[in-house]
Amino acid sequence: MTALADSPVGRTLRTPKGAIAGGWIVLLILLAVFAPLLTPYEYDVQNLPGAFAPPSAQHWFGTDEFGRDLLTRILYGARTSLSVSAIAIGLSVSAGMVLGAAAGYIGGRFDRIVTSIVDLTWSFPEILVALILVAIIGPGITGTLVAIGVAYLAQFTRLTRAQIMAIKGETFVEAARSLGATDTHILLRHLIPNALAPVLVSAMLATGDAIILEATLGFFGLGAQPPTPSWGGMMSSGTAQLFKAPWIILFPGLAVAITVIAINLFGDALIRALDIRSRMRSA
Amino acid sequence: MTLLSVENLSVGIGQVRPLDGISFAVDRGEILALVGESGSGKSLTALAVTGLLPLIGGRVTGGSVTFDGVDLTKLTEARLRPYRGKRIAFITQNPMTALDPVQKIGPQVDVMARLHLGLDARAARARSIETLTQLRIPDAAAICQSYPHQLSGGMKQRIVIAMALVGAPDLIVADEPTTALDVTVQAQIVHLLASLVKERGLGLILITHDMGVVAQVATHVAVLYAGRLAESQPVDALFAAPAHPYTTALIDCIPREAMAPGALTGIPGAVPGVAQYPVGCRFHPRCGRAEAVCQNDVPALRSVRSGTVACHFPGGEA
Amino acid sequence: MLGYVLKRLVMLLPVFFAVSVVIFAIIHLIPGDPVDSLLKVGSGPEQRAILTARYGLDRPLPVQYAIWLGNLLTGDMGTAIVGRRPVADLVMAALPHSLALGGLALLFSTIMGIGLGVIAALKRDTWVDQAIMGGVLIGSTLPGFWLGLLLILAFSVHFAWFPVSGARGWSSLVLPVLTIGLGGTALVARVTRVAMIEASGRDFVLLLHAKGLHPLRISLRHVLRHALIPVVTILALRIGWVLGGAVTVEVVFARPGLGTLLIKALNQHDYPVVQACLLMLAMAVMLGTLLGDILQAAMDPRVRAALA
Repeated sequence: MTALADSPVGRTLRTPKGAIAGGWIVLLILLAVFAPLLTPYEYDVQNLPGAFAPPSAQHWFGTDEFGRDLLTRILYGARTSLSVSAIAIGLSVSAGMVLGAAAGYIGGRFDRIVTSIVDLTWSFPEILVALILVAIIGPGITGTLVAIGVAYLAQFTRLTRAQIMAIKGETFVEAARSLGATDTHILLRHLIPNALAPVLVSAMLATGDAIILEATLGFFGLGAQPPTPSWGGMMSSGTAQLFKAPWIILFPGLAVAITVIAINLFGDALIRALDIRSRMRSA
Repeated sequence: MTLLSVENLSVGIGQVRPLDGISFAVDRGEILALVGESGSGKSLTALAVTGLLPLIGGRVTGGSVTFDGVDLTKLTEARLRPYRGKRIAFITQNPMTALDPVQKIGPQVDVMARLHLGLDARAARARSIETLTQLRIPDAAAICQSYPHQLSGGMKQRIVIAMALVGAPDLIVADEPTTALDVTVQAQIVHLLASLVKERGLGLILITHDMGVVAQVATHVAVLYAGRLAESQPVDALFAAPAHPYTTALIDCIPREAMAPGALTGIPGAVPGVAQYPVGCRFHPRCGRAEAVCQNDVPALRSVRSGTVACHFPGGEA
Repeated sequence: MLGYVLKRLVMLLPVFFAVSVVIFAIIHLIPGDPVDSLLKVGSGPEQRAILTARYGLDRPLPVQYAIWLGNLLTGDMGTAIVGRRPVADLVMAALPHSLALGGLALLFSTIMGIGLGVIAALKRDTWVDQAIMGGVLIGSTLPGFWLGLLLILAFSVHFAWFPVSGARGWSSLVLPVLTIGLGGTALVARVTRVAMIEASGRDFVLLLHAKGLHPLRISLRHVLRHALIPVVTILALRIGWVLGGAVTVEVVFARPGLGTLLIKALNQHDYPVVQACLLMLAMAVMLGTLLGDILQAAMDPRVRAALA
């Protein structure tokens, strides 16, 4: 227990910002997981006579164009939006770390090729990369996962490579090598663990951006397909009702904004607790 | 009236007190050497005298800095500013980073005459070139058109000194003006400063850890250790009979050429960080003369011959 | 300096070539035959073959690429599959709208962002700083399209100050520029604040204070000058952000720009148009990077010296 309290996460949670932000993230995950127990409505059962109901005691966030309870759909939508973003970033971080570590460690021509490709995609906005990839793979959850994963690959590759380059010349690495350690051993036991903190924190911050990206793809109708609720998809169908029932886009958007703010605040507090601000720059 | 007298000065940064009870004085035509290893509080003292502590998050917590009859620690930032650059000039440690790298030399020097002498652009440039030439900087007009990165370290330090002189100050505070320079250039800069003191009758606070330089040019010496005054004496008396064991150790280092910053070869160990200041005399863990009393009681400043010393067992004739 | 600019422009050529190959390859990975959307219901394989041949889609990919690139160099971007208009005309019609929107948004975020960043840095760790940085955080976390819709709701529907959508006159630009600009402002403000704080800790700033200069003058004339160097570099590198923002915002506000054109073409599998749009966006990104390097050299004599 004390180990947890003394860990960077524990220290982060003891700052007011970290506690509020962390609390919101945990609460949101719990709400998403226990959504069926928390709401009397189904997310996909239409009730046309009750469509376009403004927020009320029965429907806290109102209902959509099919009479479905918006709060219910936001809770179920959290499942899609959070898991898609988190899994996509997880894939992206894993691939980016392998690529970046390999480029940084091997160096030479391999490094130059990886770096130039990564730099090329890095200067393109994530949304463009994602849009094109979804066009190739096709709309839906798989397309969104791959699109987000590839869109952030450049960022993690750059960051990991920068970390590896910074520490690969240090004494403890040289010492391990002189003791006969293999390259794999040095990479897995010495270099990657030391590069981990900044990469994981930036992955956390990127998850926030990914939620926005997922919502944007959903907004273009390219994300999770109906009837699966996602925050972006809800706003997409809400656009047509903008003037008639603005709450249909208001509440999912607020859910996105508050969640992303919470992730940013928590990540910021974590950077402070780990004291790695200077290492977060990859350029 | 003494030009500058610092009495019992204490400085705080956040919760810590890196400077405690510093006293010394310097008059026109005098060179006060402020000596000690890195971390002894010399640079902080310089910032306190020039009122620049707030820039690093520090503040004066006690004592006074009396310049020409005015206690500078009581002045507001706005009232203090006319003293800076005009009456008290500051020469920073590293000439490589002291000048604005994206501005030409000319305007950086000119601003002193424009600000402190009220000259217009043309007159200010003339004054800049005149001052640079007085410091034996060849082709000063061309130098004014250069950027700092095009000049050598010694040249840059001369320019910083010229900048200090434009406003015709009464006091110059030079914070290790030679540490970043080549050995031959070091000597030139030190002798330049010494000759300026003689010719123009200014006061100079020369911060250094090089006891060789001290012996050559200083008139008075104040030795700092771990944020406290260890000893203060006229230079001859100090070298003839150092009263504090730390001073003795510093003098013993002279033959070994320039001392590496932070490393005192005469005695083992290093200056403790501000969070690890020991109880009692702060020097006792490294002191050969230390006894039980040194571990418990802070030694009070006491008079010895022509100066003061903070030691329970002062050396020399005492 | 001029030599440097020319050298950098020449160096862009291989990059341009590589980008064009990548774009061409990506486009042909997109599934779905564009001919499908042209065929009338019930057409036979003969009509399909005729149409495929007409657009050169039956030739090997390298040949298609060579033809495309050759035509491109003469200013011919091909013919749109849907609507059969020259792609160059479509792009040229869309480009001014996107340039106006992107340029104004960039201008807005630069001015607002630097202003707010400077104020936050000067009032560091006070409530002013916290309020600005709090606003900046919120600004950077709102989805662009959502912000745009809210602005429409507030200023077009409720107050009726600006048109809801379209591209008629300057007033129709206000809300889209605001929508993109607020996100950009957040980025610029954050970078400016950090750069100001970092620059104000440099040695030469201490000496400027010791020279007796007014603190405000030091901040605005010297510290800001240094802070602007990283700000400009990051701004130029991230011109793509503005473009990315423009894509979504153009759709939300139904503006006839490159973004709208691209999304429509993507949905219709209209290869030549998608290629042309991506190429234009890629060139904007490349030119932005170049601009950043040139500005950095112009602002920092040390960089100029290293280049000479």
